[in-house]
Amino acid sequence: MSNSLLASVLLATTVLGSAGFAYADTTLTIESWRSDDLPIWQDKILPVFMKEHPDIKVVFSPTDSTQYNAALNTKLQGGSAGDIVTCRPFDASLALFKAKQLADITSLPGMENFSDTAKVAWSTDDGKQTFCVPMASVIHGFIYNKDAFAKVGITAPPATWDEFYADLDKIKADGTYIPLDIGTHDQWEAATMGYQNIGPNYWKGEDGRKALIAGKQKLTDADWVAPFTQLAKWKPYLADGFEAQTDSDSTTLFQTGKAAIYPAGSWAITSFEQNADLKMAAFPPPVEKAGDQCYISDHVDIAMGLNAASKNQDAAKTFLTWVASDEFQGLYANSLPGFFPMSSHTIAVNDPIAQQFVAWRQTCKGTIRSTYQILSRGTPNLENDTWTEAANVINGTDTPEAAAKKLQDGLDSWYKPGAM
Amino acid sequence: MADVAASKPQRRPVRWHIAVFLTPAVLIYTILMIIPLISTLQQSTMTGDLEHRAFFGLGNFVELFTDPRWSTAFWNALRNNIYFFFINMVVQNPIGILLAALLSSPTLRLRGFYRTAIFIPTILSFVIVGFVWKLLLSPIWGVAPTILKFFHLGQYFQAWLGKEPYALTTLSLISVWQYVGIPMMLVYAALLSIPDEVLEAAECDGITGWAQFWKIKLPLILPTLGIISILTFVGNFNAFDLVYVAQGAVAGPNFSTDLLGTFLYRTFFGNQLQLGDPNMGSAVATVMFVIILGGVCTYLFLVQTRLRRYQF
Repeated sequence: MSNSLLASVLLATTVLGSAGFAYADTTLTIESWRSDDLPIWQDKILPVFMKEHPDIKVVFSPTDSTQYNAALNTKLQGGSAGDIVTCRPFDASLALFKAKQLADITSLPGMENFSDTAKVAWSTDDGKQTFCVPMASVIHGFIYNKDAFAKVGITAPPATWDEFYADLDKIKADGTYIPLDIGTHDQWEAATMGYQNIGPNYWKGEDGRKALIAGKQKLTDADWVAPFTQLAKWKPYLADGFEAQTDSDSTTLFQTGKAAIYPAGSWAITSFEQNADLKMAAFPPPVEKAGDQCYISDHVDIAMGLNAASKNQDAAKTFLTWVASDEFQGLYANSLPGFFPMSSHTIAVNDPIAQQFVAWRQTCKGTIRSTYQILSRGTPNLENDTWTEAANVINGTDTPEAAAKKLQDGLDSWYKPGAM
Repeated sequence: MADVAASKPQRRPVRWHIAVFLTPAVLIYTILMIIPLISTLQQSTMTGDLEHRAFFGLGNFVELFTDPRWSTAFWNALRNNIYFFFINMVVQNPIGILLAALLSSPTLRLRGFYRTAIFIPTILSFVIVGFVWKLLLSPIWGVAPTILKFFHLGQYFQAWLGKEPYALTTLSLISVWQYVGIPMMLVYAALLSIPDEVLEAAECDGITGWAQFWKIKLPLILPTLGIISILTFVGNFNAFDLVYVAQGAVAGPNFSTDLLGTFLYRTFFGNQLQLGDPNMGSAVATVMFVIILGGVCTYLFLVQTRLRRYQF
């Protein structure tokens, strides 16, 4: 009842809203959780599309990030959702596809621009059907303050773990800067910027991730415990009271030049660049021995799909084909430094720090976060548990082995490899 | 004919106005509260997604209480919730009564100021309260470490919100700080309504000061204390917002601040990669409903009926 009421109210506003733009034949609405990007969409991205397609008007209509999934589900069920839906990676979107709320766009023109790895987050488990056009991925690594490195006499960023800790010791001995800028309050940063950042070098990227899903490896294997062992060594280099330090605290500390090394996701670049005086650069997660093959977390993050109930299927497909084009991928990557295109087009990234991140793709092998595909489908939720355990390990309240065992036990309680 | 006309006024007219006046409230309450409540109860006995729903009886509850995949988190949340309620009861309400007693003392000056100042946090948004306290207690920018250092107590500072042994107690005390105004106001009003004759009679018998408070005033405000306890109980077992704002939906560190409310939120709506499970979520909501209903009924039928009321 309330849904149909809501639908008619929304319908009324669409009708009234479009009345002023009588020249546009079709109006597409985009559902998104990226409220921060509203000005970029309105001023930079959408005008380009609408200039090429004067008969289609596109409206970017974001919802608050934390409420997006719940709000989108409600709108889709009530039939009031926009024509284009921004897709979360993996199961959240897969569930929508299975409920026939997202359309199958496997054969959409433009999809040939994406590799299977790029499409993995928005394809069925067998990879046969795809339901969203990949937009961007994020890369993990470490961002450092160049002035801090210069002050304590570090000439080149660390490449191995030994160099990493030697550098941290130097910064700590100097005392001007917080050596390693990460807290455990929000928990996700310990898992995402800690465990998933440094882990791929140990579990060998996609090989380990797929072996875990296939049941050939376990989270208690040496390769999966090793990243926890590294995290356990971080405590002496963190700020006082890091247990209550949130990620926004960490970001502010680094942005204001008080910290030396920030375990990062590439999305943080934009906020650091607000401080023009900060001289920074990035280095990839360290390896054991110099010259080892390096792996990076190049995580699929955001995509766009088609609401199966949309009344403007053709216009929406035209738009999605444009999203798959090099024009859109370039526009998006350069409007939002730190979000990297996933298509096979060669796209020039202009931002200097973003360039460093994206250059690692040449030498290191990419992988996505190990917990995202299939493994976080059950209860207890592996991703939530990884947050908690990674924070526990950095806090020193769990040993690396105990943390790994808890994660594996939780996974074993519902996951039968091969059965999914 | 005249007889008929005369007999008419003697029949009681149908009192339509009662129905008319009740309808809006009944309608709104039914739509907003009763129907959702029943549909939640019904949903908690189902399993499967929208297309493949099946009746599951009490299966969700059995899983919730016994299957370690759910029960570990559930019992942890319940235990934390009881502790949260305990701290609120033993800290918030005695302080509230004490403040009310001080406020009602006739020699106190600036009474209006104190009353307002202590009550203001209650009307603040929990988002503001959570955020402000997070900032106050922050080891990086907070004033708490600075103040402690000023008094040479710096070594006692801890990252309270980030450490497992302290986080829940800290949150409980923040909740106490926010809501202490409510028991204070209720007790204050009750104290003011005690007639002067009673107090004068007590004074004639030589009962003054604190003795008067313990022997005369406290027994007279007992019914109010009952109401306060039940308000605290309902409020605490519904609590969610403060933890969500201060610690996030995963209620860290190590789920040590997970309350039934945050557990319900994660179960029903999901979190990051966890997909929402409306059926299990409804089961958690039902358990919370039963706990609160049980508490309120215990109070109504066992405690309130035995409280003696004084009519002045």
